[in-house]
Amino acid sequence: MDLLDSWALTLIVFLPLVGALVALAIPKEREEAVKQWTLLVSVVTLVLAVVVAARFDFGAAAGFQFEVDLPWISAIGANYHIGIDGISLPLLVLSALVVVLCVIYSWQHWDEPRNPRAFLILMMILATGMNGTFVALDLVLFFIFFELVLLPMYFMIGIWGDRTMRKIPGFRKEVETRLYAAIKFFIFTLFGSAFMLLGFLALYFKSGSGGQQSTFDIPELIARGHLFQGTFAWLVFGAMFLGFAVKVPMWPFHTWLPDAHTAAPTVGSVLLAAILLKLGSYAFIRIAIPILPETARDWAPAIAVLAVIGIIYGSLACLAQTDVKRLIAFSSVGHMGFVMLGIATLTEVGINAAIIGMVAHGLITGLLFFLAGSIHHRYHTREMSRLGGNLKLMPVMGGILGFTAMASLGLPGLAGFWGEFMALLGSYQPLPGLSTSFFRTAMVIGAIGTVLTAGYMLWMLQKVNLGEPSSEWAGKEFHDVDRYEMAAWAPLIVLIVAVGVYPRLVLGATTDAVVGLVETAFRAVGG
Amino acid sequence: MPRIDWLAIAPEVVVAAALLVVLAVDLFLPRERKYWVAALAVVGTTLAMVPVILMAVSGDNYSMFDGSYVVDEFALVLKGVFLVAGYLVLLISVSYIESDRYYQGEYYLLLLSSLLGSMVLTSARDLVVLFVALELTTGPLFLLAGWRKGDLRSNEASLKFFIIGVLSTGLMLYGMSLLFGLTGELSFDGIREAISAEGMASEPVLGLAVLLILVGFGFKVSAVPFHFWAPDTYQGSPPPVTAYLSVSSKLAGFVAMLAVIYLALPAVTDFWGPALWLMAAVSMTVANLSALRQSHLIRLLAYSSVAQAGFMLVPFAGGAIATDGLSEGLGATVIYLVIYAVMNLGAFAVVIAGGRRIGSYEIPEWRGLGSYSPRLGVMLAVFFLSLAGLPPLAGWFAKFVMFRAVLISTGPAGVWLAVIAAVNAVVAFYYYARVVKTAWFDQAPDEIPEDTETGPTGPLSLAMGLALVAVLVVGVFPGLATFFGDAAAALVP
Repeated sequence: MDLLDSWALTLIVFLPLVGALVALAIPKEREEAVKQWTLLVSVVTLVLAVVVAARFDFGAAAGFQFEVDLPWISAIGANYHIGIDGISLPLLVLSALVVVLCVIYSWQHWDEPRNPRAFLILMMILATGMNGTFVALDLVLFFIFFELVLLPMYFMIGIWGDRTMRKIPGFRKEVETRLYAAIKFFIFTLFGSAFMLLGFLALYFKSGSGGQQSTFDIPELIARGHLFQGTFAWLVFGAMFLGFAVKVPMWPFHTWLPDAHTAAPTVGSVLLAAILLKLGSYAFIRIAIPILPETARDWAPAIAVLAVIGIIYGSLACLAQTDVKRLIAFSSVGHMGFVMLGIATLTEVGINAAIIGMVAHGLITGLLFFLAGSIHHRYHTREMSRLGGNLKLMPVMGGILGFTAMASLGLPGLAGFWGEFMALLGSYQPLPGLSTSFFRTAMVIGAIGTVLTAGYMLWMLQKVNLGEPSSEWAGKEFHDVDRYEMAAWAPLIVLIVAVGVYPRLVLGATTDAVVGLVETAFRAVGG
Repeated sequence: MPRIDWLAIAPEVVVAAALLVVLAVDLFLPRERKYWVAALAVVGTTLAMVPVILMAVSGDNYSMFDGSYVVDEFALVLKGVFLVAGYLVLLISVSYIESDRYYQGEYYLLLLSSLLGSMVLTSARDLVVLFVALELTTGPLFLLAGWRKGDLRSNEASLKFFIIGVLSTGLMLYGMSLLFGLTGELSFDGIREAISAEGMASEPVLGLAVLLILVGFGFKVSAVPFHFWAPDTYQGSPPPVTAYLSVSSKLAGFVAMLAVIYLALPAVTDFWGPALWLMAAVSMTVANLSALRQSHLIRLLAYSSVAQAGFMLVPFAGGAIATDGLSEGLGATVIYLVIYAVMNLGAFAVVIAGGRRIGSYEIPEWRGLGSYSPRLGVMLAVFFLSLAGLPPLAGWFAKFVMFRAVLISTGPAGVWLAVIAAVNAVVAFYYYARVVKTAWFDQAPDEIPEDTETGPTGPLSLAMGLALVAVLVVGVFPGLATFFGDAAAALVP
């Protein structure tokens, strides 16, 4: 099994890419073969991820396991250094799982202009980027994977996205939603990541100032944290903040999100919400905070303020939506606000909250986007004013929608509860050195946010699920959830309940790693 | 009779021989079999690779004519790059030139002459050799730019290029004469030593000389504000010539600049550092903003090449600021040049192939290319996004080493330049992506352009294929490209 230990992560990352290359060789007309092949590849990847999780030593979750460290670009000191700890493990498994579910879901659901082969190839490249980001322990490698996800998503939105024409301020003519959304998504992220790269390079050069070899290695940079002080650290944190905050996205960098999520094809929205949004918050936990802990503490109040604004803003924006998919998109702004609030407390509770919040958001919002896609598929509209009585027309789908909305608003016993609850709990007692009264105020505002969240979710349910079906649907046959949808959704439903009832599923892996992280980072200040 | 090392000048000799054979054979070939000329030119450039590789393997340095002509790692690496770029341009040219069916021999003759000039240039270690080589590189291009004699735009291209070229040559020559007058030396080593021995580093006249030389090079590499000829010349010239102009001719300007600045003037950073800083910042910004408004694909590539020149200047400025940044800057620029050469030639190959099928270089006409010709569509996306610097395509590494070279100095000047470059990288992405968007996201026209290519398509496809493989492989294993940078960085004294 030694062979597995050293190869498992590499396989999880690159198997999808190899699968994509092979799929390229399958003739375009043989759609079934392409689908089966992609399913096989993604299932094998998931099985590998599960095997890794099973063989993961939870007693030593604070350290990196399954590590591989090989020279890659020796001239600039960048290595192929990968590994996982308790923080990345749940996210890696989530990523592998969601890709499988997306393949299953898309079996029968193709947006125009179809072309399943191209779509699935893009999805596999995306999988490589996502899995790679969660295992990368070298800043250059991280940067590559972080950027690799952009291209496939750009094409997914741009080719298979929403074709309705929209009037967008600043444009003379109406533009197609997908075109606007695709480029906006890309430009925003690229802008952030260009500065992120500058920050990485600055860290690299500064890491050599102690007389040692400069390095891009994340664990090594954490060990040399004392070298990064003062204005330098402040600027570097700022540069990285730009990159990560756009990706999360935090208010006020969020404006790409509602456009991209709404315009993307269903599977694209699911992947965006479930995994891509996590890359930013994960990067805060993996890179920004451990390497620059002191500066993170200086920035924490600002992050908390933006997070809280995001919570309230996201909720209020949801209440103003008429399009159910756009509503779900905006709800992500709010939920990621809770994640960032948890991170900003810099405590064990808060960061654990962030990770379980990320996993829960991945499960729940992923499912919500699946549902929004299926609803659109049936009704050919997502306008809430035209929907209504869904529960009567399609009882199973209505039921699942109700369940997921409940999970999303943070009903205790379901996965969404823990992230919000623990984030607020963490804000009650932030890291020593941070203003308690400040964070308690944030906690109160965040709590108001949970009420608003419940408000718009219930409002959405009322509009879509309850009431009488509008007369325009009278006499039409609606087929309820089909077996592909059921196969794609059932695992998510099970996991939402499982994580809700037994949060140790996630926290069991993360706690030790988070404790280790916080202790190493803030030992000096007694955190 | 000075001692001549024949192996050391073998690459140039082979190219010169090929050039003469092309000239002679062309006279005797009937018109319908002129393509043999192209084949001969391709064979010539391929053969010239052999001595370059032999010398690179042996690792010896050669110095001739009192050190005026040196074959070292720097020269060898760049000779290789010029040969590969020339090889690709020849492949790109075949079908285009073949379809015109006249002056084929002359075309290849001129192209090979220019190639010969740039190969000599890499070895030039004094002002006179440098100047002659640079003119041999540029001279034939004046004629090539005006290749389509009946086309007014082509005439305009040639004339503009010629006038600006002569002007820049004059300025540069004036600067060189000042330099010679001040130091009494022609060789780079001599000038460097004279400057440090006499303590002239802050002499105002020296500043003037450096400035004039920089202006001359600024024209050659088409950096802002000396770029005005580029868009018109690029648009009017036959596209394969434009490809050559945007790569080899720009490369030649940079090689000359690298040699003069790093070998002769390393002590004068106070003069050229700020000047290049400004040139880099302005080039990136102005060219990128102008490119946003272009609807003609080749004009867009022209502005893109100006902007890329700005990016390539960034490490120069970085090297001037940091104390130990000179070799870092040189390495970064050479890596950038190598990667740029391959991806830009790839982009031109796609644009030429697509242009011949679609019959227009107006970007909206390219809508839906990906749907009816996925092969061209994918290539277009790969090369344009590589130019934009997206991982995992080779362009990312070029940008990466550029940022690295400028951030090596942590002073505010370096950081600001890095920030300007970062913002520009994002702006540049927008117009590259716009082309990709048109090809992939827009609806194909009702009448899909038929593939009516009559000439040989093999060479063009081969050029695209080679460039594609290079862009992908270097993108994933950028260590391969650092070899060029390391070899070149050995130049810094």
